[in-house]
Amino acid sequence: MKPESPKQGASLEEVLEDQNEYKYGWTTDIETDKFRKGLDEGIVRAISEKKNEPQFMLDFRLKAYKKWLTMKPPAWPNVNYPPIDFQDISYYAEPKPKKKLESLDEVDPEILRTFEKLGIPLDEQKRLSNVAVDAVFDSVSVATTHKKKLMEHGIIFCSISEAVGEYPELVEEYLGSVVPAGDNFYAALNSAVFSDGSFVYIPPDTISPMELSTYFRINTEDTGQFERTMIICAENSYVSYLEGCTAPQFDTNQLHAAVVELVTLDNAEIKYSTVQNWYSGDRETGKGGIYNFVTKRGKCQGEKSKISWTQVETGSAITWKYPSCILQGDKSVGEFYSVALTNGLMQADTGTKMIHIGKDTKSTIISKGISADKSSNSYRGQVKVNKGADNARNYSQCDSMLVGDKSSAHTFPYIESANSSAHLEHEASTSKISEDQLFYFQSRGISRENAISAVINGFCKEVFKQLPMEFAVEAEKLLSLKLEDSVG
Amino acid sequence: MLEIKDLHAGFEGTEIIKGVDLTIKKGEVHAIMGPNGSGKSTLSKVLAGHPDYEVTGGTVTYEGKNLLDMEPEARALEGIFMGFQYPVEIPGVNNSEFLRMAYNARLLYKDPDAEEIDPLDFEEILDAKMKLVEMDHKYKERFLNDGFSGGEKKKNEILQMAILEPKLAILDETDSGLDIDALKAVSQGINRLISGENAVILITHYQRLLEYIQPHFVHVMSAGKIVKSGEKDLALQLEAQGYDWLTAPAT
Ligand SMILES: Nc1ncnc2c1ncn2[C@@H]1O[C@H](COP(=O)(O)OP(=O)(O)OP(=O)(O)O)[C@@H](O)[C@H]1O
Ligand SMILES: [Mg+2]
Repeated sequence: MKPESPKQGASLEEVLEDQNEYKYGWTTDIETDKFRKGLDEGIVRAISEKKNEPQFMLDFRLKAYKKWLTMKPPAWPNVNYPPIDFQDISYYAEPKPKKKLESLDEVDPEILRTFEKLGIPLDEQKRLSNVAVDAVFDSVSVATTHKKKLMEHGIIFCSISEAVGEYPELVEEYLGSVVPAGDNFYAALNSAVFSDGSFVYIPPDTISPMELSTYFRINTEDTGQFERTMIICAENSYVSYLEGCTAPQFDTNQLHAAVVELVTLDNAEIKYSTVQNWYSGDRETGKGGIYNFVTKRGKCQGEKSKISWTQVETGSAITWKYPSCILQGDKSVGEFYSVALTNGLMQADTGTKMIHIGKDTKSTIISKGISADKSSNSYRGQVKVNKGADNARNYSQCDSMLVGDKSSAHTFPYIESANSSAHLEHEASTSKISEDQLFYFQSRGISRENAISAVINGFCKEVFKQLPMEFAVEAEKLLSLKLEDSVG
Repeated sequence: MLEIKDLHAGFEGTEIIKGVDLTIKKGEVHAIMGPNGSGKSTLSKVLAGHPDYEVTGGTVTYEGKNLLDMEPEARALEGIFMGFQYPVEIPGVNNSEFLRMAYNARLLYKDPDAEEIDPLDFEEILDAKMKLVEMDHKYKERFLNDGFSGGEKKKNEILQMAILEPKLAILDETDSGLDIDALKAVSQGINRLISGENAVILITHYQRLLEYIQPHFVHVMSAGKIVKSGEKDLALQLEAQGYDWLTAPAT
């Protein structure tokens, strides 16, 4: 910790008022192939055709599209935004030229530079040897590193398009098995038009020798990003998966409607961590920013299997996201650890669903919401215990922290239990960073910036400790950066 | 070391400090007494740089520098320590980590090229200082002041002071809320700190503290002013007679 030059008479509000400077707000100048705007059956067919998909994929898409036509965007989240014109979005964009890339050397150097600038060098040599990366640029996966090494363990880690071509039986078996095509408005849309994403299969009795990660980057202005991630972890296997996201700064809103499906078989465990830092729009006017409408769900299909979601949500104009667990296998375990930070005019409605079906299933929910400026931060969580779920247990803890006095925090817990042997515990708290707390630090020679970080990190400790080491450090930095400008 | 001249300060337009003059030299212990609401805490917070209070007049010079121009953390790093009357609770922040942060901030301020202290080395310093103020080790891992009893909070203030070794300590009613043994321990801690180089301002309501710590000067504050200054026996007189004889016609 280096002593910072003192900031003259900064009020709490001033310290917090940083950063209209979003560090990742630039675009990469490369030619993209983009479909005309709008969505109809022709576009859906064209996407499928462009990707040379087998019939089952086209059928899946068309079914989803037809379902979508009958659906309406959800009105229940605690967020406000003008209706989205779904005909004013381009549903597919890919860097030109489109040809199958044999190695990293063939990736457009501009794109490689983009990822490097984002701190994700794709050059395998330079890559940390314990993380494999799938990089998704607009709609298309541009590079997956460490494939060979993973293959030696029988682990499949590739783009989902590639998986459709090479492992169609796996994709057909699991696609839509956790998030059905018509699950909700945005999931249906994604199912109809999803372009790419990551695919992971961990064979039985395998502990992945490295962390797997996907990095999403939206580059083009009026395209939506609809990626789809599938992770299947077979018996007695384990994988830790990381997801990161950024987007350039545009005055218009971009739609990001992703679907993530996880499946664990007997004794398997998936640890899924996200650090989301999409552009959140102008801090003063709210102009621009990503609409992050995501459906993430995991199914603990096998006995004693476990799915653990950890998310640090710091960006997006609007976040609508409930990573959930279906605890189907007996003794299966679901976990949700979340930090959601909102500032400026951001709105977040996020939380989880834990659905207890199997016996002796257990779930834990730890949610930390931080709202600053004029933002609104809602936790929405459901714990549902089905009739046959004997001895289900849930522990939920939802804490909110308000920074300044114009922000708001809301908690919407829903508990439904059809089995009287269930043990459900819920705790909630709201606190505030006060001027007196910051002054206390300062009176001991600690800068306001470090004081804010210390209080925020203290508040988020339980969640951060779930993250892989480098990610935890990154997340701490990101939060501090969002809450104090004066350092930079 | 510290020279306050005709200081006026207030809160949202209401003047609370109404012209204070006070000079403190190295090695001196000054006691400030006075009725509730007379402005003692406000004066100490103004000296520490609390943003709620606005200085409307006068000057404060600390070691030749204009103290009022300095940020609160700079004042602390330059050696001013404020022991709060009501230390704030900071849940989530570990007490010993907080102390180490403060220690490191001081270390790096003195020498920007210095390395942060090794956590194990710090542990040793901390253990020694905790012994000094007779504080149990379990408070190391507690959250900062969170759920501490009134007396525990005060002891924790003295612990911080012992670790930061300030040049000028302003202790606002550090004795209030302490039991008799704790009062002795804390006084000893303060006494050990007082050397030829340091100075202490003790704000207190009780003459008892002054039996343990010998003040060179005793000041009485009333309605935002120092209305009487004297030596140790002034405290005894106040204990016997109260404040009425001083405060009645003061304005
Ligand atoms: N932040 C504030 N908001 C409103 N009033 C304040 C504030 N700070 C101080 N005051 C007022 O200023 C006056 C002096 O308060 P101060 O705390 O300095 O008194 P004190 O001498 O320390 O009293 P005590 O012996 O009770 O601790 C009081 O009337 C108090 O109510
Ligand atoms: Mg007081």
